Amino acid sequence: MSEQILRVQGLWKSFGGLRALESLDFTVSEQQIKSFIGPNGAGKTTLFNVLTGIYPPTEGTFEFAGKSLNGLKPYAIARRGISRTFQNLALFGNMTALENVMLGRHIRTTTGLFSAGLRLPGMRREERAIREKAMEELRFMGLENRATMEATSLPMGEQRLLEIARALATQPKLLLLDEPAAGLNMRETAKLSETIRMIRERGITVMLVEHDMSLVMEISDEVLVLNHGKKIAEGGPKDVQRNPEVIAAYLGEEAGDA
Amino acid sequence: MRRKDLYTLLAIALLAVLYPLLVGGNQYFISLLVFLGINGIITMGLSLLMGYAGQISLGHAAFYGIGAYSSGVLTTKYSVHPAGAFLIGIFLSGLIAWLVGKPTLRLKGHYMAVATLGFGEILFVVFNELSPLTGGPSGLSGIPSLTIFGTPLEGAMYFYLVWAFVILLLIFSLNVINSRVGRALRAVHGSELAANAMGVEASRYKVQVFVLSAIYASMAGSLYAHFVTFISPSSFSLMFSILLLMMVVVGGAGTIWGALLGAAVLTLLPEYLRGLEDFEVLAYGAILMIVLLYMPQGILEGMRSLLGKVKGLGSAAHE
Amino acid sequence: MFIHRGVGEMSLASQLVQYLFAGLTVGSIYALVALGFTMIYNATGIINLAQGEFVMLGGLVMVFFTMVLKIPIVIGLVLTVLGVTMVGALFERLAIHPLKNASLITLIMITLAGSILFRGIAMCLWGKDPYALPPFSGSRPVQFLGATIQLQILWILGITILAVCGIGFFFNRTLMGKAMTACAFNPLAARLVGINVRKMVLVSFGLSAATGAIAGAIITPITLMEYDRGPLLALKGFAAAVLGGLGSGPGAIIAGFIIGILESLGAGLISSGYKDAIALLVLLVILWVKPSGIFGSAEESELKKF
Repeated sequence: MSEQILRVQGLWKSFGGLRALESLDFTVSEQQIKSFIGPNGAGKTTLFNVLTGIYPPTEGTFEFAGKSLNGLKPYAIARRGISRTFQNLALFGNMTALENVMLGRHIRTTTGLFSAGLRLPGMRREERAIREKAMEELRFMGLENRATMEATSLPMGEQRLLEIARALATQPKLLLLDEPAAGLNMRETAKLSETIRMIRERGITVMLVEHDMSLVMEISDEVLVLNHGKKIAEGGPKDVQRNPEVIAAYLGEEAGDA
Repeated sequence: MRRKDLYTLLAIALLAVLYPLLVGGNQYFISLLVFLGINGIITMGLSLLMGYAGQISLGHAAFYGIGAYSSGVLTTKYSVHPAGAFLIGIFLSGLIAWLVGKPTLRLKGHYMAVATLGFGEILFVVFNELSPLTGGPSGLSGIPSLTIFGTPLEGAMYFYLVWAFVILLLIFSLNVINSRVGRALRAVHGSELAANAMGVEASRYKVQVFVLSAIYASMAGSLYAHFVTFISPSSFSLMFSILLLMMVVVGGAGTIWGALLGAAVLTLLPEYLRGLEDFEVLAYGAILMIVLLYMPQGILEGMRSLLGKVKGLGSAAHE
Repeated sequence: MFIHRGVGEMSLASQLVQYLFAGLTVGSIYALVALGFTMIYNATGIINLAQGEFVMLGGLVMVFFTMVLKIPIVIGLVLTVLGVTMVGALFERLAIHPLKNASLITLIMITLAGSILFRGIAMCLWGKDPYALPPFSGSRPVQFLGATIQLQILWILGITILAVCGIGFFFNRTLMGKAMTACAFNPLAARLVGINVRKMVLVSFGLSAATGAIAGAIITPITLMEYDRGPLLALKGFAAAVLGGLGSGPGAIIAGFIIGILESLGAGLISSGYKDAIALLVLLVILWVKPSGIFGSAEESELKKF
């Protein structure tokens, strides 16, 4: 639990004149569950987007398992072992739940156009393995009964779980969850909390962006608070909760600006 | 592949085998289905590109033409063996598709459509202007028929050749669709953002499927050239690219069966419209518009949902 | 069509002037087509692949009014523009509006379908032959800087400038024009402010059709017009629209003239057979290298829907 798996140094992201991330420094340790919280617009999803290569950073570096990720495209970053879910869901609506998760196995498999087209024996073996692994992840998330349903026909809560299953299928070392509890009721959130713990037990490090404070407080080893793209606090959940700057950021932005 | 697909495939293969016998060797009906098969090969490739991978090409007649002219020119002017010309056509088509595809498939929606349109038009001009090689607007004649062990492949034999291609390519296509590669293509269509995030290099797959569809078109072009023994640029014009697009869309871009159905409908339809040639273009425009407005998923899906509704009515009536 | 007898005997300078005017002439048409594309794109975000057909219809309908019904040119022009505008509006109501929320491919296809339909109708009504119109003020050519220019070219340039100014006035000075620009930037905000986006879309199609009709009517005395002239015109006009930065009216117009001149110079100095390929090559290169065009910004084009 002491190895640094992700190191972010001096990260800046500007969109024209808008500063989305400012001078961000932090690290994430192996198998840690680290949450990122902050008021809306604080830059949390932008951070995830930069870390997964969707936007290049304006300045700064980020290293994963000791190697720099700067300039890598999203698919390359996925291959290095970082996987994610999306705040607004990005399932493949034209495929079933099972097929979505099977796609997650893409980077761990190799069948190319010709072996696929000619249906060579190696391809068939691999296809069976893909299907099995995908079903495993569906079972892990409790969705095995939904396998053959169209992914976007599932209720919202299950769609979020499905995205996690898909991300897990890539066998990531680091999993980025972007508001996984959005739209979940209390029972579902409790189950999610349990699931995230089980994910950590599988050896996966988890970074979480969340608004649901009870979930954050319950499962996080560390919490980092962002406001206006800057880090304003970092530490254990209880400490962060008591931090006056954090409280001010959440409650009294208007009052503070007055 | 799935059982439904397998049965449909077998049914088509069986029909193909029996067809020449069923029409009593009638050359007109046989050539009609030869053209259907040729068009079907192109539309299968287009379906992979448009239906599964979600891209668009409004210039595919160009690749059809490259295959046809490769076979035509190389066999007539340079005495290359038809099989060799066929392979060179595939190589040329694939290469050009790769070169053109890389920058074009990066473009978004409308830009991609117009870029492929422009590309198709440029090639049309080239076919017309390179007269010493292609014969220009007056066309290229004297393309040799294919022979096997000295006997020329004509009529029913050519029919079997073309449909052997159709069946084999159908099997290949279905295999690809139901594989890791097919899933990657469909993922790119479903959400390019998520596909990339899950490690699928979307841009590479888009170009790959574009090249594959160009190769299908080239094969069809070569088969066409040796069948009609005379080719001219007018067969590879914008209108044909649009017709191909229509076949895929009208039949149902979403599946390979839809593409074949569309090829069937739009190859056989002009035969019924014979004599009404003046209205041909109008008919195409009207059909396309009606399908887009009322059956945007294509005829195949339209029929399926209609059947579903009828079944629903039936079971309701039984209560 | 522009290269009159004796070009070979002209000095190089005169030849260039000749080509320049030829280029300005076709350039006017490309500019007007590009403007049409731009207006619809700004109001709706879609590319109207039937734009070329508005030009074709402008020419052929003008032929009908002036040659068949023997109506004087000015009135014929007005009637033609009105008629084709109505076609454009009908097209929007019947084919575009119902598919508001359809996928991109469907939207592209429906304008393509419209293009085919219009061509089919034109083929039925006018057949496949090209039709001619008499030049607006006689066919005596003028001498200018050693080149021989047809008077019609002056009409074309003049009317184009008028049309462009008129549209510019509409967008910059009238309430409806400004409302349409607002729609382009942010349809939701426009709707919230009470702008009737539906009407704006309809107006944009009407205006584009009118612009195309004008182009068709003024060019036919020089180039004739037949039922399937549309697609190539649309492609070249689109090339201009993209070159100028899709969404920029002034950009589209300048680019239209650039492409016209490039094409004319290429046809005259290099080869007339590959003339069409020139504009298309420009299109491809622009799309591949800088899709935001000369006057557009890369960031802005990233944000646009297409």
